Formats: sequence, structure tokens, C-alpha cells
Amino acid sequence: MDTTQYKDVYVFAEQRDGKIQNVALELLGKARELADTLNEKVVAIFLGKGIKDQAQSLIAAGADKVMVVDDAVLDHYMTEPYSQAITQIIKEQKPSILMIGATTIGRDLAPRLSARNRTGLTADATKLEISEERDFMMTRPAFGGNLMATILCKDHRPQMSTVRPGVMQKMKADNTRKGEIVDYKINFDMAKINRVKLIKVVKEEKTSADIAEAKILVAGGRGVQNAEGVKKLEALAEQLGGEVAASRALTDAGIMDHDRQVGQTGKTVRPNLYIACGISGAIQHVSGMEESDLIIAINKDKTAPIFQVADLGIVGDLNKIVPMLTERLKNMEK
Amino acid sequence: MKIVVCIKQVPDTAEVKINPVTGTLIREGVPSIMNPDDKGGLEFALQLKEQYGAEVTVITMGLPQSDAILREAFAMGADKAILLTDRRLGGADTLATSSAIAGALRKMEYDLIITGRQAIDGDTAQVGPQIAEHLDLPQVSYLVDLQYDGNKTITVRKETEDGYEVLQMETPCLVTVLASAVKPRYMNVAGIVEAYNREVEIWNADMIEVPAEHIGKAGSPTSVAKSFPKSVKPAGEKFEVSAEEAVDLIINKLKEKHII
Repeated sequence: MDTTQYKDVYVFAEQRDGKIQNVALELLGKARELADTLNEKVVAIFLGKGIKDQAQSLIAAGADKVMVVDDAVLDHYMTEPYSQAITQIIKEQKPSILMIGATTIGRDLAPRLSARNRTGLTADATKLEISEERDFMMTRPAFGGNLMATILCKDHRPQMSTVRPGVMQKMKADNTRKGEIVDYKINFDMAKINRVKLIKVVKEEKTSADIAEAKILVAGGRGVQNAEGVKKLEALAEQLGGEVAASRALTDAGIMDHDRQVGQTGKTVRPNLYIACGISGAIQHVSGMEESDLIIAINKDKTAPIFQVADLGIVGDLNKIVPMLTERLKNMEK
Repeated sequence: MKIVVCIKQVPDTAEVKINPVTGTLIREGVPSIMNPDDKGGLEFALQLKEQYGAEVTVITMGLPQSDAILREAFAMGADKAILLTDRRLGGADTLATSSAIAGALRKMEYDLIITGRQAIDGDTAQVGPQIAEHLDLPQVSYLVDLQYDGNKTITVRKETEDGYEVLQMETPCLVTVLASAVKPRYMNVAGIVEAYNREVEIWNADMIEVPAEHIGKAGSPTSVAKSFPKSVKPAGEKFEVSAEEAVDLIINKLKEKHII
């Protein structure tokens, strides 16, 4: 394969129900950075039905060009029509890099594309760089997060990676950015598409929150003391759009449910934000949350080990600070 | 109905420890298990066996010691077991792995192929959909429920971030299964004893007739340039201030990290 034929950084801009997903904007922000290093363009692949008027927002997020495929067959994500559309774009446009969000959709689509185009695919990268030889360096956790591996796809194109949502930074939307919007026509093979039928789509409010999926966690430990303390955490979590979690001290005391417990005998979490309130930070707890992107700890005891893993440590009384913080965030919204 | 379940032997990553001095993985003493999502897949297959008399074959690609999970599958109720093992298949990334397994599947009869969603040692979730692509089969991943009409139609429930979808397809097809969807049965005692007397078929690279450039290291577009222990981040700043100032510090941090 002549890899020099391939250029530009492509992003699959995932939408659901016509709503562009955050991860698409995050990937465009990263793609912008990579493309500037390579002196190439950022191209968004935007598939759906009745979505064209949103293409400009992808340009504002960093794209130079948006390939829009507006077709009824792409209305709701299905493996085959999406694979066909992107494969045709790959064959005709020859992208050097293709990034896809590591969502349920992206993790279904990307391997299908890699096999159809016989190219490599790195799963759920957390760090993306360009090497001196202009190769795409994709770094990801392995062995349950115990080890990091940097992966290259030297002789095949596109160099593909799925990327965890919430890891890359989106650009501040710049509505003055100019770009090209292209209507792309795909020759769909309907016989192949019709092999899988969508019977129904059901939206569900998850009854018991899965703290492992939450992007923001407000966690309480022994310092929270009682149900009244938990209410303060819940108010903060609600204000931040997150969930409450607990250390073992609170679940053993029956103050919070076991399914909210973080740590060795509970769940491993990796949210964007973890606020540890009144948690001392025993190793059993820390092992379950130390991978969080941002850790803020509030504890009365300034020698608490939780401060060793916190990005920001506050020595103080959570019963004062947490409600005050909630109130301040509320006022900022107004 | 003929079902093939693709399973993998994995180190129990929950038991993997890091040497705190050298920062390297301590692999010794880490138990090997049947990958949990794959075991969920096997359970679905065994339920179809009970309801419709399906024949259940398990296949794994790996080192000779992967034999252990095939015996476990026998003891759970699998009818046939195949171990695809060959040095030429080693060093494979997901594409080369899926090419080899798809090659083996082409030599078998199947109506339904079941794989786990992902293996806990790699968490890639790639091999199932890649096998489907190599075999030109329709696929549904992230499956949590499966109903079969006894003829050709399979109705599945797929878990998504916002709820679930119900999809339908005809055999032959492939599904990838979540461990949380089903509780795998235990091995039965008679089965355990018997499992060690049953024959596991051993297949090598010649038998799957996949071009050499599609398997093993040569068939792998990706390569690991380096691996390293994850960095331990240094402790951040600690402040002993009034509650008002503390709130200011937190708000500033949340803004800095684009959380608010």
C-alpha cells in the first residue's frame, strides 16, 4: 500500500436522534491539533437524516470540511448502512487517520470498518500524538488499566482508533470558522442492509444508577456521617449532573446502597470528576477511583491519604463546603 | 440448529498486580479463566440447546493450555470443542485474530455464531464484528437477550447508552454478548469428570486455509511500539482555607478543566 496517497484527519461525527454527541466535538478538537501538526485538513463524516443544517457546528468545532450523507437509511444507527457509507468515503477520499468515539455505536462500527478495509484499529485510545516520522501514535490502557501500550499502524491506511468519550478536549466553538460542506452520495447495497431489521428503540431512564458509567461522581465516606450528609452530596451531584458514590464506611453502615460503593469490594470508576467528601482514602478505596481525570478531596484531617491522589485538596468541613458549593453553582446558572 | 461459540482464555485481570518497585506486571500466580463475556455467550447457546436441541461447538485460538477452558465448556454442556493453536498464529492483533478464527469457521457448519462482547485482557470489542465482516454475516453487538423462533429468525435486544433496541435477523448471523445479560450455569459434577475424557479437536494454521499474509504477526496491521506502566501522578495542591475560599478554589478548578 502506498501510504503517501493517504492524507487528512477524519472524524466520525456521531449523532443520535439528530443530536451531535459530545465525543464528536472532542475528537474534532483533537483532530485539529493533529492536523495542524501534519499540516493537513480535518474532515468530519456526518451521517444521518435531516442533519445537514447542523454541519456548520462541526466546522465551529474544528472541521475544515464536512462530508454529509443525508439519507433515510442512516436515520438511526445500524451497522451495515453506516459501514457502507464510511467505506465508500474511505475508498474515494483516502484518509490517513480516522477517529471514532468509543461509544456503543463506535465500538460496533469501527471493527466492521477495519475488517472491510483491511486496516488496523486501536481500541479506546486515551492519548493520541504524531511521531517524528508522521505516524499516528495511539496509546491505550491494557491489562485492565495496569499497563499502557502505544500502538502504530505503519503500513495500512487509514490509521484507525476508537477514542474514549470524555478524554479529549473539545475546542471552544468558533462560529466564525469557515469550512466546506459537501453533500456526499452513497451507493447503498440495500439487500445487504435489509438483513437486519430494527423493530423498536426504547429509551430508558436507568433506575439504579451505574456509577461506573457516570462522568461526575460526588463520593462520601465516614465524614458524611448520616443520611442528612448524603442529601448534601446528592444536591451537589444533581447540580453537576453526576451521581453519588460511597466508600465502604458508608455502605457498611447501611447509609448508602452497595451498588454505589467504589473500591476493591465495590466498583472501579474513572469519571471526569471525582469529588471525595470525608473519605480518608484507604488503598482499597483509592484503587477504585485513582484513574479519575480530576480528583478533588475535602477532608477535615489534613493527613488523610486521599490528599496524595487528589489534584486539589481542601482541608475543611464538607458539611459547610459542599452546600456552599452547590449554592454557588446554582447561582452561576442564573 | 448449529451454534459456534468463540471463547478465549484470559488472565483474571482483577488479580493482576504491579510490582511497586519496577512498575512491571506480576504475571506469576495470576489465574487463567474463561473470558466472562464469552461465558455469557456460551450460556445463551446452552439455553438454545435445551429449548431447540441445538448443537453447541466451542472454539478457541490460543496456546495449548487454553484446553482448560474447552474442558470447562464441555462440563457446562458444550457438544464439541476445537482448539486452534499454531505458532504461526501468534503475535496477532485483532484483525489477524479474526481472520484466523473466520478461517476456522468457514470449515464448520453454523447457523449462529456467538462471541463475547470483549475480552478482559484487551477490552477491544473488535474480534466479534471483524469475524462477521470476514464471513459477510449480519451482526448485532452488545446483546442482552436473544429469542429464536425455532426456524430462521433471531430477535435480539441490544443494550445502548440510552436504553435498548430490538433487532431481528435471519440465520446465519453473529451476535456479541454481554456477561451481565445472563448468569452462566456451573459445571456439573458428572460433566467435570467426563470433560477430561472427551476429545478436543486440535487444528493448526494449515487447516484453516487463510493466506499467510492475513494471520499472525504478518497479518497484523497494528504493532505495539512500546508499553509502559501507567504513570503515578504526583499529589496536587492542598489548601487549608475558609469555606468561602475553598469554594472559590473548587470553582476555578472546575472551570480550568472545562467541567463547568
